[in-house]
Amino acid sequence: MHFFSRNIVKISFILVLLFNISSLAYAGGGDKKDEKFNPGEMIMHHIKDSHEWHLITLGETHVAIPLPIILYTNNGLDVFFSHDLFSAKKGEHKEEHKESGHKEGEHKEEEKKDAHHEFQVLERGKNVYHFSHDKITMADGTPVWDFSITKNVASLLISVVLLIIVFTSIAKAYKKNAGKAPKGMQSFFEPLIVFVRDEIAHKNIGQNADRYVPYLLTVFFFIWFNNMLGLIPGGANATGNIAVTLVLAFFTFIITLFSAKSTYWKHIFAPHVPIPLMIILIPIEFIGIFTKPFSLMVRLFANIMAGHVIILSLISLIFIFGAMSAVSIYGVAPLSIAFSTAMMGLEMFVAILQAYVFTMLTSMYIGQAVEEPHHEEAHH
Amino acid sequence: MDLIKPEFGLLIWQTIIFLMIIFVLGKYAWKPILSGLKDREDSIASALGEAEKARSEMQKLTSDNQKLLDEARSEREKILKAAQKTADELREEAKAKATTEVNKMLDDARKVIESEKQTAITAIKEQVAILSVEVAGKILRRELDNKDRQQLLAADIIRELKLN
Repeated sequence: MHFFSRNIVKISFILVLLFNISSLAYAGGGDKKDEKFNPGEMIMHHIKDSHEWHLITLGETHVAIPLPIILYTNNGLDVFFSHDLFSAKKGEHKEEHKESGHKEGEHKEEEKKDAHHEFQVLERGKNVYHFSHDKITMADGTPVWDFSITKNVASLLISVVLLIIVFTSIAKAYKKNAGKAPKGMQSFFEPLIVFVRDEIAHKNIGQNADRYVPYLLTVFFFIWFNNMLGLIPGGANATGNIAVTLVLAFFTFIITLFSAKSTYWKHIFAPHVPIPLMIILIPIEFIGIFTKPFSLMVRLFANIMAGHVIILSLISLIFIFGAMSAVSIYGVAPLSIAFSTAMMGLEMFVAILQAYVFTMLTSMYIGQAVEEPHHEEAHH
Repeated sequence: MDLIKPEFGLLIWQTIIFLMIIFVLGKYAWKPILSGLKDREDSIASALGEAEKARSEMQKLTSDNQKLLDEARSEREKILKAAQKTADELREEAKAKATTEVNKMLDDARKVIESEKQTAITAIKEQVAILSVEVAGKILRRELDNKDRQQLLAADIIRELKLN
């Protein structure tokens, strides 16, 4: 713990440098393939989910961790490794269309070719998969359910393992040092746990706050850990993915609805206002039920994604200027690395800030839902 | 856009993972951590309360002690005063007794001396009388050792007698 706090600046600096280097390596790798460097494509590749965990491309060597692909098709479950998918042979649109007898795709196909879209074909038993831009489809157009352990799922699993290791060991420490001062990791997390319990849960929820403290703690640390994992070089952008934030917001939504008391519903459907105002107010309040979790979902997703985009954009500047002239690299690179280092520091702050904001708003929504009637009457 | 279109697979996985982490952490982490925290806070609060109680008790004890001390001091003063008084009384009494004794003794002595003196005086008087008679006898004898003087004396006495 002491080591960690003393060296936190150094550690974060190294993380930032590593992140920058890995970005450079990726972008550089793209450059070597004799293709024009496309910053948009590079950034999208980094912030989007993927079926493999791409680490680095050195020259022609593509270094990636293969991830399990789990597909449910009409022919049943199919499980294999992503390596098969990425190394599959390239398909051609015209042949495929002739084989499968599709006629409707003429126009679309032209568009796809113009947009430099290529796809890969993988045959496994009865199933023929098309793989294009990280999307798996069936060649014959039958539905395919993709339950693959993608990069984000793998990252979420890593975060879960980390969370379990960290917090069960802290729980053990609480049993071991019962009644004594906290030690080591316990003393690092205790202020945060106490902060969530006292400042976030108890202040906003009130009476029955203790019932929601475990959920709020889980949300806080889940978001924070995943935000931080996303900042590690080569890490996945899990909390910057709308599916992840959607589920988080959905849980808050469900908990709010199920703990809502009569006061909450009365406040929405029978506010203490004149009838003409009710016509305006009731729909607004009703929509509010849904906009609250929606805002939670968008806020976390946009903040984390935007942070990644900014850092990657700053790194991309080097290659954009490098493509113009070799000399300008020396001017732009230090500046862009300095900016992205600063951004990285800011993102580390945003990582905990967004975890706090999400937890805070969740507890406020729960607090509004469980408000006691007497308070409500006094209020109006 | 792909970016804001949630992937179905990821939705499912995130739901499973998040549900699992809520239950696992809730059961194996937050429960012992929060109860441990609460126990410690309670024990600190009760320890502080006990310390406060002990301090007030101590204060009460010291004030009791002070009161006892004060009482003891006043008692001692009272006792001392009484003793002083008794001693004074005793001394006065002794003094008075001694004085009367001495006076009595002095009186006795005086009486004895007086009687002794009377005795002595009487004795001296007797002695003086005897001595006087002796002296007178001696003087008479010396005066009247010849006839002339005897005749002279006889003549004087006769004269005196005649005068009378």
